[in-house]
Amino acid sequence: MRVVAALSGGVDSAVAAARAVDAGHEVTGVHLALSRQRAQHRAGSRGCCTIEDAGDARRAADVLGIPFYVWDLSERFHDDVVEDFLDEYAAGRTPNPCLRCNERIKFAAVLERALALGFDAVATGHYARLVGGDGGDGGEVELHRAVDAAKDQSYVLGVLDQHQLRHSLFPLGDTTKPQVRAEAERRGLRVARKPDSHDICFIPDGDTAGWLRERLGDRAPDVPGPILDDATGEQVGAHDGTLGLTIGQRRGLRLGRPAPDGRPRYVLDIEPVSGTVRVGPREALAVDGLVAGRAIWAGAAPDDGAVLDGDDLVVQLRAHGAAHRARATVDGPLLRVDLLEPASGVAPGQAVVVYRGSRVVGSATIESTVRGSAGASS
Amino acid sequence: MSTAVYLDHAATTPMVPAAVEAMTAELVAVGNPSSLHASGRRARRIVEEGRERIAAALRCRPGDVVLTSGGTEADNLAVKGIAWARRAADPARRLVLTSAVEHHAVLDPVLWLESAGHAEAGLLPVDADGRLDLDALDAVLAARAAEVAVLSVMWANNETGAVQPLAEVVARAAAHGIPVHADAVQALGALPLDVGASGVDALTVSAHKVGGPVGIGALVVRREIDVVPIVHGGGQERDIRSGTLDAPAVAGFAAAVELAVDRQDAHRRRLEALRARLVDGLRVRVPDVVVNGPDDPALRLPGVVHASFPGCEGDSLLMLLDARGIECSTGSACSAGVPQASHVLLAMGRSEDDARSSLRFSLGHPSTEADVEAVLEAIGPCVERARAARV
Repeated sequence: MRVVAALSGGVDSAVAAARAVDAGHEVTGVHLALSRQRAQHRAGSRGCCTIEDAGDARRAADVLGIPFYVWDLSERFHDDVVEDFLDEYAAGRTPNPCLRCNERIKFAAVLERALALGFDAVATGHYARLVGGDGGDGGEVELHRAVDAAKDQSYVLGVLDQHQLRHSLFPLGDTTKPQVRAEAERRGLRVARKPDSHDICFIPDGDTAGWLRERLGDRAPDVPGPILDDATGEQVGAHDGTLGLTIGQRRGLRLGRPAPDGRPRYVLDIEPVSGTVRVGPREALAVDGLVAGRAIWAGAAPDDGAVLDGDDLVVQLRAHGAAHRARATVDGPLLRVDLLEPASGVAPGQAVVVYRGSRVVGSATIESTVRGSAGASS
Repeated sequence: MSTAVYLDHAATTPMVPAAVEAMTAELVAVGNPSSLHASGRRARRIVEEGRERIAAALRCRPGDVVLTSGGTEADNLAVKGIAWARRAADPARRLVLTSAVEHHAVLDPVLWLESAGHAEAGLLPVDADGRLDLDALDAVLAARAAEVAVLSVMWANNETGAVQPLAEVVARAAAHGIPVHADAVQALGALPLDVGASGVDALTVSAHKVGGPVGIGALVVRREIDVVPIVHGGGQERDIRSGTLDAPAVAGFAAAVELAVDRQDAHRRRLEALRARLVDGLRVRVPDVVVNGPDDPALRLPGVVHASFPGCEGDSLLMLLDARGIECSTGSACSAGVPQASHVLLAMGRSEDDARSSLRFSLGHPSTEADVEAVLEAIGPCVERARAARV
C-alpha cells in the first residue's frame, strides 16, 4: 500500500512509520503544521507542532529513508478544532479537542487529501488495534483497545467510522510504550527519549482557563458568581469565573464555611451564563445515566430502538477513564445510556465511547446526565 | 548523478567542473591568507587573484569586492550597513526603500531595521508583472528624498524572473545622491551584468547560483560608500567584514563566475529555447495555466518559469512531481518546510489562492530537452490529481 505516515516529531509516530516501512508499504512522512504561530521549541512535555518538532519529524523520516513533507492544515485546525473548542466552552460544555482533531483533521482532511493524492491509508502512532478487514472480502475492520492499557488511545479514535478505519493503520497497538521507546533506540531514532506530550497541544502553557478567558472575551464573558449548596440552595462561597472549574472538582473552591457534615464538597453543576455553581457531597456527583447525541458507529449502525447490553458492554467517558458496565439504547438520533456502575465528574460535551469487550462499537457526545441519588439532571 | 529531473536551479545549481578543480586543488593547502609567512602569502595570492578575476568578470574594481559567506550576508551587509552609515551621517535619513518583491534576505533586514527602531521601511509596489512601479518611487522621492538612507531593488526576481528597471531606479536615486543596492544573485550568468556601467553603488552576488560552491558570495560595494560592519572581528575585508578568508572557496567562486560570464550569452539563448518549449507544452497540457511575470524576454530571466495551476495546491503538485523524480519549487520561502503564500505573487495583486497554486521550474546549465519533456509528460496527471486533493 501507499501510506502517509503522520509524523508529529514524537517517538510514537516515528516508530509507527518505521513499522509501516518494515511491513512493506511505500511510506511518505507528513508532518502536520497545525498552529498558525509556531514556537521554535516546546517547553517540557507541553505544546506541539513547534519548528523543533517539525525538525525531529524530518530527521525521523531521514533515518527511515522515506520522503518527507509538511502539510499546512493550520487554517482547518483553527476552524474545526480550536474554534469548536471555544464554542463548546462558551456553551458551557467540556469538549475533548483530540477527538475532534481525529474526526475532522487527521482522519478527515489529511486522509481525504492522501486518498486524493493516490495514497491508500494514513498511519499514526496511536495506541489502538485494527482487526480484520485485510482479507479483501469486504468484512468490517474492527477497532480494539491497545494491549498497553496505560497507553490505550481507542477512546480518542472512537469518532472514526468504517470508511476512516478501513484507511487507517495503527502499527503500535500490539506493543507497550517501553517497547516502542526501546525499538526507537534500536532503530537509531533520535526521538527515542523525547518526553511524551500532554495536555492540549494548542494551549502551550497548560493554563486552559487563562487561555479560554483571553479568547472568549465578549463572546462568553467569564462571569463571577455564587457557589450554592445543591441540597439547601444556600450560598456557601463565590468564584471569579466558571472557566477554571470542572464538574467533579474539589480543590480551589475557597468555600468560606465547612459543610455541616464536615465532608468535602465537589462541583456538581456549572451554569456558565448565570455564573451559578452548585456543590455537594461526593455521592451527589454520581451519574447513573446519560443522554448523548451525534453518534458515530465504528461499523454498521444499529437499528433504531436497538439495545446494546450484556456483560461485556462497557462505556468510557474520558480519555484514560474507567470502563463502566452499561446498557445503551438507540433512540432516534440519541443514545441513552444507563450506567450499571455509576460514574462521577461527567460533563456535557465529553464523549461516551461504547465498547463490546475491547472492541469500539461507537461514540456519541454527552448532552445531559442523570444523577442517581438526587435524581437531578444537569 | 541521480536520475532526478532537476529543475530547481534558481535554488542551487551543480558546481561546474572548473570550480570543483580550482577548489579541490586548494583544499589540501595550508595557509591563512592573513598570515605573514610564505604559506599565508601563497593563500593570500589565491584570494587576491580570485578577487581580481571576479572583479574583471563583473566589471568592477577588485577593491570593490567584499567577500562574504553568501548572498544573504551580502544583502544584510548592504541594507543594514549602508542604512546605519547614512543615518549616522545625517539623522534625517531614516527611510529605507525597497520593492515589495525582494528576496527575504533583503526584505527581512529592512523590516528588522524598522522593528528595531533603526529605520522606517518603505516597500515600493510593483505592477501585475512584478516590476517596480516607478511612479510610486517618484512620488516618494518627490516628497521625502532627503530622508532616504538607501534604496535596494533586485536586478531580477528569484520567483518570477522579472527584471527590474534598475537603470531608471539608479537615475532617479542619483539625482538625490541616494545609494542604490541591487541583489543580482539570480541575474549573474543569466543576463549581461556590468557593475560599473549599471551605476549601482552596491551589488550582491552568490557563488552557488552560478556553479560555484555554497557558502561564499560577495557584496560589490564602491569604496566611496560607507558601510557599518555587521560581522566584527579581524577586519579582513576592508574592515567592513571579518572572518578568515576562504581561499579554496574563492578559487571555486572565481572559476564559476568567470565561466558564467563568458558563457552568459550562449547560456541565455539555450535556456530561452528550453523555456519556450516548456511554456508552450504547459499551455497545451494545462490550458488554464497562468505563467507569471513578464512575457517579454528582455524583461525576465531566461530560465525561470513561474506558473499558477488553478485549483491546485502548489505543495501537492510539488509532492506528486517529486514522487515522479521531477524536482521543482513552490518558489516561496519556507519556515520548517511550511509553504507560505508567496509575497511576490501577493504584491503582484494576485489572490492567496493563486499564490498557493504556483510552482517554479528553473532551468540551468545541465538542463536538457529530455528534462522539459519529462515535466510535460507528468504535469497533466499531476495537476488532475492535485485538484482532487484540494482540502
